Amino acid sequence: MTGSGGMTVPMAGTASPPSTSPAPSGMAALLTGAPVPRPSALRTIAAMMARDSRVLRRNAISTFSRTVVQPLLFVFVFTYVIPSIGSGLRFGASRFGLTFSTILVPGMMASMVLSQGVLSVTFPLVMEFSWQRSIEDRALAPVPVQLLAVEKILFGAAQALLSGVLVIPIVLLVHAPGQAPDVQVTSWPLLILILVAASLLAASLGLLLGTLLDPRKMQMLFTVALLPATMLGCVYYPWSALQRIHWLQIAVLANPMVYMSEGLRATLTPQLSHLSYGAILPVLIGGAAVVGYVGTRTFTRRVIG
Amino acid sequence: MTPLPQAAATPGPDPAAAIRTEDLRKTYHAPRGDVPAVRGISLSVRRGEFFGLLGPNGAGKSTTIGMLTTMVRPTGGRAWVAGLDVTADPVGVKRRIGTVPQNNTLDMQLTVTENLEFRSRFFGLGPRDAGRRAAQLIDAFGLGDRRRAMATALSGGQARRLLIARALVHRPDVLFLDEPTAGLDPQTRVNLWDLLRGLHAEGQTILLTTHYLEEAEALCGRVAVVDRGRLLAAGTVAELTDGAGADTVITVRYDGAVPAELAATAGLAGVGRVETEHDRVRVYTRDPEGVLGRLVSAGSGAGRTVLDAAMLRPSLETAFLSLTGREYRE
Repeated sequence: MTGSGGMTVPMAGTASPPSTSPAPSGMAALLTGAPVPRPSALRTIAAMMARDSRVLRRNAISTFSRTVVQPLLFVFVFTYVIPSIGSGLRFGASRFGLTFSTILVPGMMASMVLSQGVLSVTFPLVMEFSWQRSIEDRALAPVPVQLLAVEKILFGAAQALLSGVLVIPIVLLVHAPGQAPDVQVTSWPLLILILVAASLLAASLGLLLGTLLDPRKMQMLFTVALLPATMLGCVYYPWSALQRIHWLQIAVLANPMVYMSEGLRATLTPQLSHLSYGAILPVLIGGAAVVGYVGTRTFTRRVIG
Repeated sequence: MTPLPQAAATPGPDPAAAIRTEDLRKTYHAPRGDVPAVRGISLSVRRGEFFGLLGPNGAGKSTTIGMLTTMVRPTGGRAWVAGLDVTADPVGVKRRIGTVPQNNTLDMQLTVTENLEFRSRFFGLGPRDAGRRAAQLIDAFGLGDRRRAMATALSGGQARRLLIARALVHRPDVLFLDEPTAGLDPQTRVNLWDLLRGLHAEGQTILLTTHYLEEAEALCGRVAVVDRGRLLAAGTVAELTDGAGADTVITVRYDGAVPAELAATAGLAGVGRVETEHDRVRVYTRDPEGVLGRLVSAGSGAGRTVLDAAMLRPSLETAFLSLTGREYRE
């Protein structure tokens, strides 16, 4: 992005100051002495991303502690503490001849992608729609309101992706001796595709929830949406292990988290049986497109009265 | 009083007009039935004007400004701002307007400077120009000692100044202000008036809504009176107070029903209109001398005592009263 320089053009309806006059001061300077803005949709969206990054950096510690603390404690307790005290709790992992941490690597990544993707969009949005309606600040920027929604999805997805990546060293490194995960990337392009599609789907869900959710009922986001999605999202067990509870194995297919965990499982721990790409990719990519579209529509309707 | 020349309005955008509306309407659809907020407003604001939309709370002013600033979709009629149709080209309109909403919509996650810088960048300035523009606005609006403060830390008056500064980053053709001084203390309010006068003196076209009569009188070259979603009249403050509103309004309340013979007061020299309502009579007159005395003596002749009497000199308040038959409540 390049600036337009210090060029000055008098405002319509205002007399042109003669070129020999001294620099205008006070109010006159505000109206005539300013650089000429050259808005374009791309510049506006880039500026909004820059604003979001500034705020994210300012709140980096609180934002990323959300991402790091939960998985860290989880793997610490389940792959270090419990194996070390010999409780024998293996969550069926031994059936597959694998360590529990191997099951957890894709699961934890998916869980962070979904929860951080949703939260990073929903939290600010609910505040922006609440009593002061500060959403109008950006709605008045010179772009179609739909593009604001797209910007929120893109920035939320970037945060989701980053969260998924931040989990990797934790789940790879924290474990008891002999409990190391067995991870091998089968296809980098597929891994990246699945991570990106999952991040976009998570942020789109965040946009939809943020426009529908009553600010006074924010806790419901955790109790009704994120917690069930995680517990029943094949985060702590592979989908194939649910065959013993067949009705549940079918029911959880309504949960987008399942496709994220299983998608990552397919590319990171292929030795475990997993959902087929034929199910995973259409749901993640198609889901991101459909939920993103619907979220953008409901967002636009809420912004413009 | 100049009734609006609705029929005289030529359709289509007018290049000389900063704002034009034609039978503009907004009806909100609610489960319990439709709620009409704006019921056909036609007005025209020229470039360089300081125009006021005056009316009590709930008159439809904010909805009107919402439609002109593309934040509310009209359900009927049309509107043009800077020659562009607000429905057909909202992005073009947004480029040419600055908006100061009624609520504090500052970005609370950012500092004073950042609020101005990022708004400038939303409007296409590069980071360096945005920084310069922010510094310039901070100086002009007297926010120099708050430049690094978070927006959450500002006083009401400072926040309002920053909201106005932020609306000006891209040198808009038209500045909209929705109730700019609501909730401010009297001193801050007068300072803000000076600031707005300064902008107008430099050629800025301004449309503001207000429910304060004295604010419209103090600032606006022309005023449109709005009530219950309709435009009742528009003109300069002098024109508005010079029509029917040029009457002084005398209101008297008796300790019983208004004496029947008082209706005859209407025939008296200088008395325009008489409205009676149970124990209250309201007389519009251009010649207030002696009218109050006659109302008191007519009352005592009929065995009534005067409980309360009020006299309003010609003003926007009497104009509103004569247009709506209701007293102005802010």
